Amino acid sequence: MIVKRANLSFWERLYLPALLSGLQVTWRHFSRTFFAGKKVTMEYPEQKWVVPEGYRGAPYLVRDQSGDTKCVSCQLCEFVCPPKAIKIIPPGSSGKPAERANAEKMPAEFEINMLRCIFCGFCQEVCPEEAIFLQRDYSLTGLSRGEMIYDKEKLLALGGTHAGVQKWKHKLDEAKEQETFPVKG
Amino acid sequence: MDWINQLNPTMQFAIFSMLKVCVVIFLAVMPIVAYAVLVERKVSAFIQDRVGPNRAAPFFVKYLPVVGPFLVRLGIFHPLADGLKSFLKEDFTPAHVRKVYFWLAPAIAVVPAMLALAVIPFGSTLGAQKMVIADLNVGILYTFGIVSLGVYGLVLAGYASNSKFSFLGGIRSSAQMISYEIAMGMSVIPLFMLVGDLNLSKVIAYQADGAWLVFKQPIAFVIFLVSAFAETNRLPFDLPEAETELVGGYHTEYSSMKFALFFIGEYTAMIAASAMMVVLFFGGWTLPFAGLDQPATTLVMGFAHIGIFVTKMLVLMVVFIWVRWMLPRFRYDQLMDLGWRRFVPLALANIVVTAVVLWALHAK
Amino acid sequence: MSTPATTDIKPAPAAPPPIEKIKIKVDGREIEVPKMMPDWQGKPQPTTMLQACQLAAQEVPHYCYHPKLPIAGNCRMCLVEFGTPAMGPDRKPVLNEDGSSKIAKSVLPYEPGTPRGAIACATPISPGMEIYPNSPATKQMREAVLESLLINHPLDCPICDQAGECKLQEYSVEHGQSQSHFVEAKVHKPKAVDLGPRIVLDDERCILCTRCIRFTKDIAGDDALGIVNRGSYSTIAAWKEGAFDNNYTLNTVDLCPVGALTSKDFRFQMRVWFMKETKSLCTSCGTGCNVIVGSREEKVYRYEPRQNDAVNSTWMCDSGRLNYKWINRDDRLKDVVVRGQKSTWAAALKEISEKLAKAASGSVAVLASARQTNEELYLLSKLAKKLGAVTDSVPRVGEGDKLLVSADKNSNTNGAKLTGIASAEMGSNLKKIADGIRSGAIKTLVVFGEDVTKHGIGADLLAKLETIIVSDILPNATTATAHILLPGCAHAEKRGSFTNVKGRVQKFMKAVEPKGDARSEWEVLHELVHNVTGQNGFSSIEGLFNQMAKEVPAFAGLEWAKLGDTGVTVPI
Repeated sequence: MIVKRANLSFWERLYLPALLSGLQVTWRHFSRTFFAGKKVTMEYPEQKWVVPEGYRGAPYLVRDQSGDTKCVSCQLCEFVCPPKAIKIIPPGSSGKPAERANAEKMPAEFEINMLRCIFCGFCQEVCPEEAIFLQRDYSLTGLSRGEMIYDKEKLLALGGTHAGVQKWKHKLDEAKEQETFPVKG
Repeated sequence: MDWINQLNPTMQFAIFSMLKVCVVIFLAVMPIVAYAVLVERKVSAFIQDRVGPNRAAPFFVKYLPVVGPFLVRLGIFHPLADGLKSFLKEDFTPAHVRKVYFWLAPAIAVVPAMLALAVIPFGSTLGAQKMVIADLNVGILYTFGIVSLGVYGLVLAGYASNSKFSFLGGIRSSAQMISYEIAMGMSVIPLFMLVGDLNLSKVIAYQADGAWLVFKQPIAFVIFLVSAFAETNRLPFDLPEAETELVGGYHTEYSSMKFALFFIGEYTAMIAASAMMVVLFFGGWTLPFAGLDQPATTLVMGFAHIGIFVTKMLVLMVVFIWVRWMLPRFRYDQLMDLGWRRFVPLALANIVVTAVVLWALHAK
Repeated sequence: MSTPATTDIKPAPAAPPPIEKIKIKVDGREIEVPKMMPDWQGKPQPTTMLQACQLAAQEVPHYCYHPKLPIAGNCRMCLVEFGTPAMGPDRKPVLNEDGSSKIAKSVLPYEPGTPRGAIACATPISPGMEIYPNSPATKQMREAVLESLLINHPLDCPICDQAGECKLQEYSVEHGQSQSHFVEAKVHKPKAVDLGPRIVLDDERCILCTRCIRFTKDIAGDDALGIVNRGSYSTIAAWKEGAFDNNYTLNTVDLCPVGALTSKDFRFQMRVWFMKETKSLCTSCGTGCNVIVGSREEKVYRYEPRQNDAVNSTWMCDSGRLNYKWINRDDRLKDVVVRGQKSTWAAALKEISEKLAKAASGSVAVLASARQTNEELYLLSKLAKKLGAVTDSVPRVGEGDKLLVSADKNSNTNGAKLTGIASAEMGSNLKKIADGIRSGAIKTLVVFGEDVTKHGIGADLLAKLETIIVSDILPNATTATAHILLPGCAHAEKRGSFTNVKGRVQKFMKAVEPKGDARSEWEVLHELVHNVTGQNGFSSIEGLFNQMAKEVPAFAGLEWAKLGDTGVTVPI
C-alpha cells in the first residue's frame, strides 16, 4: 500500500502549530488532573473495582439447591480448556457414586490450575450440567504453585450454590411415578 | 577562619575549588537529578490523567501527623527508594559482554556531563569567591570539547554489550550526537561575535548591560534548544534508547547501579544543557531590575543570585520534561534531515547575517 | 477392508470364475457392483443395497447391521428410498422417450404418492435399480427413525461411557433433528443392571438392535442373551442374572452402537475422546489379535479389537483384552541395577560387552522369551551364534478354544523358532543349560523376560554362575538374583513384530513411553551385538526388520513397510 504524503503548508512545515496544539492538549490534561483532581486510574488495594454483572472471573464448581455436587465428571471442560488448566480424575467403576440420586457419576477429584486458567469461559459454556461458572473473583494469589491448583473441595466451597433445573431429580421423580419395572409376570 | 587567610593563594584556590565541586555535585546536581526524575514521573502522570508515585513511606512518616501522609502522596520519598534500589539490585553482567568496556561505559557516560558543569557561573560572588568552579577564558570551547566526549559512553556501552539492540542504540547515538554538535556549535558563534569573549562570565556581564541574548538571537536559541534535546537524547530525539524499537537501546544489558549511572548521566547532561542555556540566553544569575544585575556585594545578594540562576535552570528543565510527554519520537531520517539540512544552513546564515549587521553597525 | 499382500503358498485356484456384475444407480451415479458379495460368514450372498451404497462411497447410517453378524433388520435406520425399472403388462421394461428404462419408485401400495423405503441392509439389489441415499424422502425417514429411537432414550450423555463413540450421538448430529414431538413421560427402565462379571447394562439407553444377542449366539456360541417383555418395556436380559459370562462378552460392548452395554473395567475410567489410539497386538496368546491400545498421558486404559480378517476378524477374548494392567503396575523395573547398585545404561552395557567379548566359546547360555519380538530374538540369536552359546525359550501350553484363544500362551513362539533361538523342540535345551551350569561349563547366563527359577534352573544353580544378566519388565525370583539387571519395555512401549501361531508376521506400534530408565530391548541388544560381534546394524526398527528379513530365510522378502497394519503370512 502506498500512502500519499500530504502536502504541508509553510506553517505546518514549521511544526510550530503542531507544537502549540501539543502543548495545549498536554496542559489541558495536566491542569485537569493537577488542579481539579480528576483522574482515570484507581488506587487499587484501597479502592476495589466494582465487578460488573457477567464478568468472567475465576471458574468455580457450584452445588445445586439441595447442596449436592452438580458435576458428573463428563470431562468436557477438561477437553475444551484451551490452556489445559482443568484436570478431572473420574470415579472409575468402583468409585463413590454421585451425591445426586440417579446421576451415577461424580468426579473423584477436580482440579483447576489457576495459574494456567485464562478465564475464557469455555468450561462454563460447554458444561451440560451447569456445574461450573466463571464467578467474580479476579485477584487470585498464592504463595506457591501448588497453592494455586484449586481442588474440588476448594472449588465447591468458593463456588456456592446455583439453583437450576434438577435434571436427574426430575428423571427420578418421573420414574417413581411409573409402575414398577420390570413388570413381574 | 583565619587559617584560610594564612594559606597561600594557590592552596586557597584549591580548597575552595574542591569545596565548590563537592557542593555542586552532591548538594545540587545529585538531588536535582533525583527529584527531576520524580517531577518527570509526576508530570507524566498528570498529563496522562494518573496520580503518579505516591507510595514510598519510610518508617518515620507515621510519626508525622499531617505532613507525613502529604509528603508520601507527593512521592517525596520515591527518589530515595529508587536510589536505594539501584544499589541493592543484582548487578548482573551478562556472559557475552566485553567486560572491560562494559564496566567503563557507565563512568564515561556520567563524567563528561559533570565536567561540563565546571565552567558554568551559577552565581556572582559569595564573599571573595566567584561562583564558578573554573572561570576559564575559553569557557564555551571547553564545554563543547567535553560534551562531545559524552558520546563515547553510549557508543562504548552499545559496543561492549554485544547485543543487537545495544549496538543499534550505540550506532544511533554516535551519528546523532556528532551531527547535532555541529549545529549546536555554530548556533552560538553569533553570540560570541556580539559579546566578543568566550568567557561565560563575560557573556553574563554582556547580558546584564543590555538585553538577554534570547531576544537578540532568537534563531540561535531555537537551534541551540533543539540541539540540546538531541545531545541529551531526550524525546523527541531519544532514538538511541527508543524503548519501542530497541528495548532499552545502549543500556539494554545494564542493571543496578551501572544502569543508574546512565540515568544520572542523562539527567546531569540535561542540567548542564539547561544551565548553559541560562548562561547563554537568559542572563545567567542576573535579573534586569532591583539591582540584581550587578555582582553581589553581600552574602544575601550572593545567595539571591544563586537562587535566581537555579530557578531559571529548573524552569528550563521542566520544559525538557514537559516536551517528553508532548511530542512523539522522530524518525531517524527526519532527525538527520533536521540536523544537517535545516539547522546547519540556518546556523550558517545566522552567522553571516549577524556578521553583516555587526559590520554595518561598526562601519558608520 | 484391505486385503493384505500375502505370501501364502496355497495353490491359487486356476482362473477364478469371472465375477458377475450388475449395473445400478446410486444417488444418480451409475456403477457396476458384483452380483454376489460375502456375507458375515464369508459365503457369497446377493449384494444388498447397503453394500452397494458402500461401494459407491455413499454412507448409509445403520445400527443393527454389522458386516460380521447375521442380518436382523430391526433398527430401521438404514431405510432408503429406491426404485426399480418399471415393467409393462407384457413383462417388458417401459421405456422413456429417450430410450432409457422408466423407473418405478417404491411407494406405499395404498398411498401411491408416498415413497416407501426399504432397509438397505437386507434388500438385495436388482439390475437397473436406483437407490436414493440422499433424497428428501430418505432424509425424512432417517429423521423419523431417529426420533422414534430417542423417545425413551435418557439423553444422559454426560455420564455415559459411550459418549464420543456413540452412533446415536453421531447420527443425531448428522441425520437427526434437535426437537422431539414426544411430550409424554419417558419410560424408565432399569439402569446399571449387572449382566455378567464384566458387563453392565443400562436398559434405558438400549435401542434393541440385538447385535449383542446375535454375537453371543452366533459367534461366541453361548446363547445367553435375549429380549424380554414387550413394546416400550422390551429389555435385553441374560437367561439368568449375571449369567453372561463367556470369554467374549466384552465384544458386545464394542458392538453396542449406544451406551447400553458398558465394560465394568473401563466404566467411568476415562472419556473416550482423550484416548490416544495406537495400533498394536494382543500378547496374551499365540493368536496375536490385532488391537487398538487406548492410552492417555502415558497410561494404558483399554484394548479394543482391530479388524484383521486373517487373524481375529473384529473380535478378541475378554482375558486378552483385560490383560493390560501389568503395564501400569507400580513395581515395574525402572532402574538399571548392577550388583545391587543403581547404575546407568552406558556403564552396564560396557560391562556386559566386555564380559561377553571375553567369554570362552560355550561358556554362555542365552535364555530368551518367546514373548519377545522377532527383532529382539534375531539380535539375541546373532549374539548367541558369536558366543557359541546354548540357547532356548520356554514353552507355555495352556487351554485354547475354537474361536480365538490359542493353546500356545507365548505370543511369538514361531518367531523364536524361525530366528533360531529356540531349539527344535522348544524347551528341550533347558535341561542342557541346567546341566551345563551344574558342571561349571556355563559361567554366564543371559535371561530375557523369563523367570528361570520356575523352569528348572533353581536358585542353587543360579548361585553357581559367575554372571547373570537379566532383562525383564516385572520383578521376579530371577531378577532378584541378577548381577546385571536391565529394565525392559512392555510391548505397548516399543515397536516391533510378532509371528503368530499361523505364521502371520504382524507389527505393533508404541503407545506410551517406557517407565523410568527402561529402554526398548532391541535398542539395547543392537548396541550389545555391535560391541560383541563388531558388526554394524540398523539403529531403527525399520532397518533392523529389513536386515532380519534378509538374513533369516523364513522372513525372506519381507519389509517393515510391506507388513501394513494387518501383517503378512510366512510359511512355518
